[in-house]
Amino acid sequence: MSLEVGRAEVVGLLGPNGAGKTSVIKMLLGLVRPDAGEAMLLGRPAAEPAARSRIGYLPELFRYQPWLSAAEVLALHVRLAGVGVAAPAQRDCLSLVGLAERAGDRVGGFSKGMQQRLGLAVALVAGPELVILDEPTSALDPLGRADVRDIVLSLKARGVAVLLNSHLIGEVERVCDRVFILDGGRVAASGTLAELLGQRVLRLQLADVSPASQDRLAATGEVEHAGEWFTLTLPADDDATAVPDLVRDLVALGVRVHAVEPARISLEERLLGILRDGNEGGAGGAGGAAGGGGA
Amino acid sequence: MTMTTARTVVTIAALTLREASRRRVLWALAGLTVVLLGLSGWGFSRLAAESGFGTLTSGQARLVASQLLNLVMFGLSLIAALGTAFLAGPTLSGETESGVAQAMLARPIRRSAVLLGKWLGLVVFGSGFVVLAGLAQCLVVWGTVGYWPPQPATALALLAAQTMALLTLGLLLSTVISPMASGVVAVGLFGATWIAGVVGGVGDALGNDGVARVGAISRMLLPTDGLWRGAMHAFQDPSAFISLGPEAAAFPFLSEASLTPAYLAWAAVWVAMIWGLAAASFARKDL
Repeated sequence: MSLEVGRAEVVGLLGPNGAGKTSVIKMLLGLVRPDAGEAMLLGRPAAEPAARSRIGYLPELFRYQPWLSAAEVLALHVRLAGVGVAAPAQRDCLSLVGLAERAGDRVGGFSKGMQQRLGLAVALVAGPELVILDEPTSALDPLGRADVRDIVLSLKARGVAVLLNSHLIGEVERVCDRVFILDGGRVAASGTLAELLGQRVLRLQLADVSPASQDRLAATGEVEHAGEWFTLTLPADDDATAVPDLVRDLVALGVRVHAVEPARISLEERLLGILRDGNEGGAGGAGGAAGGGGA
Repeated sequence: MTMTTARTVVTIAALTLREASRRRVLWALAGLTVVLLGLSGWGFSRLAAESGFGTLTSGQARLVASQLLNLVMFGLSLIAALGTAFLAGPTLSGETESGVAQAMLARPIRRSAVLLGKWLGLVVFGSGFVVLAGLAQCLVVWGTVGYWPPQPATALALLAAQTMALLTLGLLLSTVISPMASGVVAVGLFGATWIAGVVGGVGDALGNDGVARVGAISRMLLPTDGLWRGAMHAFQDPSAFISLGPEAAAFPFLSEASLTPAYLAWAAVWVAMIWGLAAASFARKDL
């Protein structure tokens, strides 16, 4: 598989359990050895520890030294990252994730959600240029999820690259610029949200449809029809003129138009479609042989 | 790069020491040690008062004091072995199992630097403990029966080396097996080599080379018992052994000879080798 994350870009990894999402992340971070292939992190081979100096990481399995306080965990990570982050900046980082009041408390007494918030602070504290979040909201309440969304968007605004692994499609849909759908260790599909979701659908209820008007429908996109209902798949590069032009032409051809209902394929439908196609032995999209990624 | 590595090593060593103190291992060890020191102090003072220490010849008195001192020191070294082995295991494999290591090792640091830091922290902790507790025990014996070991510094250094050897083994084990198992196996091996050493001593006393070889071989495989015997030799009165004759080798709390430089060098090589294996195993581990 091949994967790239650019600056000021939020890239989402999606895929079923066991697709290799966490493994990809761990290989990027040198936590797991790849059998083959290479990865570059911020312009350096990922195998070098120095490549990780500007990386923030929230693991899927987030655990921090239970005998340390939240502030001490941050201080430890700042020292290990080898960067100078002043104490007030570290405190700001804790308040960003909503832990300002618990800074002096031992992590051992934290709930799962609080530990995940601490993990987010750890990922952000050393001023990273690439932030890798593995299921960052798995233990969070709806409020926490909204916080994470805001944090990711503010990182993007500051020019930070974000790689987000999540099985929460809605979360990915809201924050990601590009999405990679993994299946069985390969990229089953990838692209910007517009590219992946670009296929829009138009449902039309029509009467008095002549062969000429059927040709006009087919000229716009793929048509399926059942009784009076026609389902038309619109092209991805639609510049918002296709629908009004079509309606105008149909009316001119004498078709009686009862209803025009635009619909959008959700990422979830698209994901399920891609994965089912793949499992039926269909074309698997953009799967590459060797690979790696980098910002 | 070397600066980064040095900073990582020091940071992790300090973290390991902080873990020991925060996890109350330190306090549990201190408590056990105080109990042991108190009991031995009481025992030695009763010995002096009641068992007619005054009526024994001074050679016999020094023999008894040497044996008892070695016995209590064995207790101390056992506490140190248990303490460090059960600290060394969880600190590495426990962290990889729980996930604490994932966040840390994603930092721009080498795994070998993390391992060196842990090792250094544990060495400071373990040797600090045996040296302080051992010194306190020597003072207790000196205060109660007036016996002072001939080479206390050598003896305490060898006890520290014994702890270092065992915790290095504990670290290696913890890179391959689960935290609890690594502690149990390390302490088990420690006990087994001690018993093999005693068996070898019996072989020596009986003039049976085959049996004597059991101790010699086990001391090569795991140098804890060899270092312990060197420490005993430095604690005990030099005349004690001579007064007992050749059967003395069978006494588990007396040692026949001091350590040779070659054996000390082997112990150092052994520790370096085990550490190298631990580093190689840890570096290849998928987290």
